[in-house]
Amino acid sequence: MSKIGVFVCHCGENISATVDCAKVAETASKYDGVAFSVDYKYMCSDPGQSLIKSAIAEKGLTGVVVAACSPRMHEPTFRKACAEAGLNPYMCEMANLREHCSWVHEKGEATTEKATDLVRILVEKVKYNQSLNEIRVPVTKTALVIGGGIAGIQASLDIANTGHKVILIEKDPSIGGHMSQLSETFPTLDCSQCILTPRMVEVAQHPNITLYTYAELESLEGFIGNFKAKIRRKSKSLDEKLCTGCGLCTTKCPTKKIPSEFNEGLGNRPAIYVPFPQAVPNKPVIDRIHCTYYTKGKCRICEKVCPTQAIRFDQEDQIVEVEVGALVIATGFNIKQTDFFPEYGYGKYPDVITGLQFERLASASGPTLGEIRRPSDGKIPEKIVFLACAGSRDPAKGIPYCSKICCMYIAKHAMLYQHKVHSGKSYVFYMDIRAGGKMYEEFVRRAIEDDGVNYIRGRVSKIYEKNGKLIVNGADTLLGAMPIEIEADMVVLATAGIANDGAEELAQKLHISYDPYRFFAEAHPKLKPVETNTAGIFLAGACQAPRDIPESVSMASGAAVKVACLFSQDELTREPIIAVVNRQAPPAYSSCVGCFLCVSACPYQAIEKEEIRNRNGELIKSIAKVNPGLCQGCGTCVAFCRTKSIDIQGYTHEQMYTEVLALLNEY
Amino acid sequence: MTLGFYPGCSLKGSSREYAESVLAVAKAFDVEIEEITDWNCCGATAAHNLNKELSLALPARILSLAEKQGLKEIVVPCAACYSRLTVTKHELSKDPLLKATVIEANGLDYSGSVSILNIIQMLDKYITPNLGGRVVKPFDHKVACYYGCLLVRPHEILKFDREEDPQSMDILMLKTGATPIDWAYKTECCGAGLSVSRTSSVGRLSGKIIEDAKDRGAEAVIVACPMCHSNLDMRRDAINTFLGEKVDIPVLYITQALGLALGIDRKKLGLQRHFVKVTV
Repeated sequence: MSKIGVFVCHCGENISATVDCAKVAETASKYDGVAFSVDYKYMCSDPGQSLIKSAIAEKGLTGVVVAACSPRMHEPTFRKACAEAGLNPYMCEMANLREHCSWVHEKGEATTEKATDLVRILVEKVKYNQSLNEIRVPVTKTALVIGGGIAGIQASLDIANTGHKVILIEKDPSIGGHMSQLSETFPTLDCSQCILTPRMVEVAQHPNITLYTYAELESLEGFIGNFKAKIRRKSKSLDEKLCTGCGLCTTKCPTKKIPSEFNEGLGNRPAIYVPFPQAVPNKPVIDRIHCTYYTKGKCRICEKVCPTQAIRFDQEDQIVEVEVGALVIATGFNIKQTDFFPEYGYGKYPDVITGLQFERLASASGPTLGEIRRPSDGKIPEKIVFLACAGSRDPAKGIPYCSKICCMYIAKHAMLYQHKVHSGKSYVFYMDIRAGGKMYEEFVRRAIEDDGVNYIRGRVSKIYEKNGKLIVNGADTLLGAMPIEIEADMVVLATAGIANDGAEELAQKLHISYDPYRFFAEAHPKLKPVETNTAGIFLAGACQAPRDIPESVSMASGAAVKVACLFSQDELTREPIIAVVNRQAPPAYSSCVGCFLCVSACPYQAIEKEEIRNRNGELIKSIAKVNPGLCQGCGTCVAFCRTKSIDIQGYTHEQMYTEVLALLNEY
Repeated sequence: MTLGFYPGCSLKGSSREYAESVLAVAKAFDVEIEEITDWNCCGATAAHNLNKELSLALPARILSLAEKQGLKEIVVPCAACYSRLTVTKHELSKDPLLKATVIEANGLDYSGSVSILNIIQMLDKYITPNLGGRVVKPFDHKVACYYGCLLVRPHEILKFDREEDPQSMDILMLKTGATPIDWAYKTECCGAGLSVSRTSSVGRLSGKIIEDAKDRGAEAVIVACPMCHSNLDMRRDAINTFLGEKVDIPVLYITQALGLALGIDRKKLGLQRHFVKVTV
């Protein structure tokens, strides 16, 4: 016979203002199997918890129903209290009288009646509760970081410095990401490469970091603490051990006119190339799409000139399998290209460029060695126009969000231009200046006041070319929408920051969610900004939303701490709310008939086949078996099972049925 | 099949040469055209500034009449009428209550079954597929195709061509032997209804259009809208005042240019009715 305790909480006035708590407790005391029933002002307080503990001890309770707030709020609190009093924590259930009743209804008898019903169904359920134990799983103390931009670099270094192993994979031939392309950085104008390259080298030399460049995630299986990742190391057509990075091959390669990704198409590179001089690793790869040998079957000049015979034309992609306990996703972002803008010429004017292209023009390592020269004819532009919000904050373009970094980098661009071209005139068309950040607003004011950049509040409707000039038609909304026409030599579009190519596919491989803009979704926008909804997978940098460098770095360090916390334990405990396939005495063994519909239904690949054999090793029956480490307790298999052979622990068929009957007053 | 025809006010008045050329081209290809009986004003700019229901009821009546007449498809050469009719069909399709109100006001059934073609869509559907060998006098000129505002906007409703850089007229003109130029004023405002109230503004706005066409070597401007035509053609004096020079580039309806390429008599295309002499 059950001995159940019912504890009705007033939650200050949150519940008691509309529900007659004393009456609920009194009614509950009359139910079969209820040995104790009481109401109290704050059940979650120390005295409230003591009330539960002493009732368990004194009355020998076998089950507890706390009628209070949402279980998401205080279920752990009350289960812990029960455990401390010697009752299995899973014998404690919560009836949600606050969110499900008092907050959403007026004061009245019907409200109290509903509260009574909510208590009733839990009392009947708890009679069927069984003691459950937490699941323990081991932790592999190696992290996989995907993406070698500043976020991935920071996360890798931080994790590695806590003494744990890190595997960093980067899809490009070098780490460094977008930050390596930047000229100077706001708000201090220090050189991007100067502050980044030491960290890149540190990554390459760190004893705890294994770096795979030109590599992508092929697949991921497993769960927190116990992931198995397959990494595709794309063939570099090179024996990296032999290559000394002398660079002779890159100078002799006859295919030289391939638009350089690093220079955003403003310069060329050969088919065998190192993306930029400070690349890490500083060893070339062969771009097989453009290489003459791979396209036409002839050439092999690089092989002939290589002093160490390091070229390997027949090298194949290699799949590396690694076991890791946690992942940090730092795959970054991309920007919209100029051809996204019909009103600005669909990308057909060479002197209408993106912000990232301007970075390359302004960079000392760029195609113009840091001189601002326009792409079409190499002239120094006398008039330059910057357009903020090109695509961003424009629902008609499908990008309603603010790309966040543009206001600052445009101020920086205009400033750099004024520093380099003293006679030049620069204009910035903007909607609002969003310069929230330490020393950010001051930086923008400096551009306007000290460097004389003309800020015009208004949008540009159209850009067209006439007599070698770019005619920029806009409006100054601070002068009553006065039409403005500027004959510019060059235009820079601060195009929207968008999710990287392949973000959806990666999210699907990782089983993490993404938002409507394909940025990866954090578990909670405020309190879990670096976690994903999948335990053990964390986010860093602009793969989650457009982010500047300081934010990406902070986020990366945050993610690294989350990984370090995880790795500080040898075992993880998990809630036992998982699916189980029932087992019975022979000769049935289980009501499972082995149809394995559940195997295909399970989104976590947590169900496998189990073969039941007799002593002679002969197969008697194949049935489904749930791997408790992988199961997330979603319940999909339960719905699929035709013989009702699977139950979620704590939410069994029997318990659910009982709840429904209790609600229908069948008891 | 018979193609319904909604001329609207312009095609019966100031731009009757547009109607003449549309009908002449249709006749040359044996496209049977039937005018909607008892048609009324589309409401133009005035109605939708004053009263939403009225602005929908007027075009809805036209579409009801077309349905009553058994027409499945109608051509609306005037870009403004085309816009009003298409917007009405769109609005009524997504709002059953509004549709009921309009039906009651008109006292005519309306199902929304009539499909509406602008002149480019009509030509692309019935004329250009059969053009092979029919171009006897290629329109061998550099032309600036001018779309104006209403032919391609709003894109969400019309779903026709690219709104910022339309191409349909250029492609069509290419088939007549013309060389369409790449220019910057394809969809800029001509001044529209300010023609009467602020002619000088039209001189400025249309002037910039004509100037860019001239600067880029156009020998003719091709249009598909009576309003655009009257501003670019009839207001040429105001334009020339703005430009400070006499520019005599003629403005042709696309059906006139096509008609010339087909060898149709100039008079039947109404070319003599223009203010700026058509020399091409």
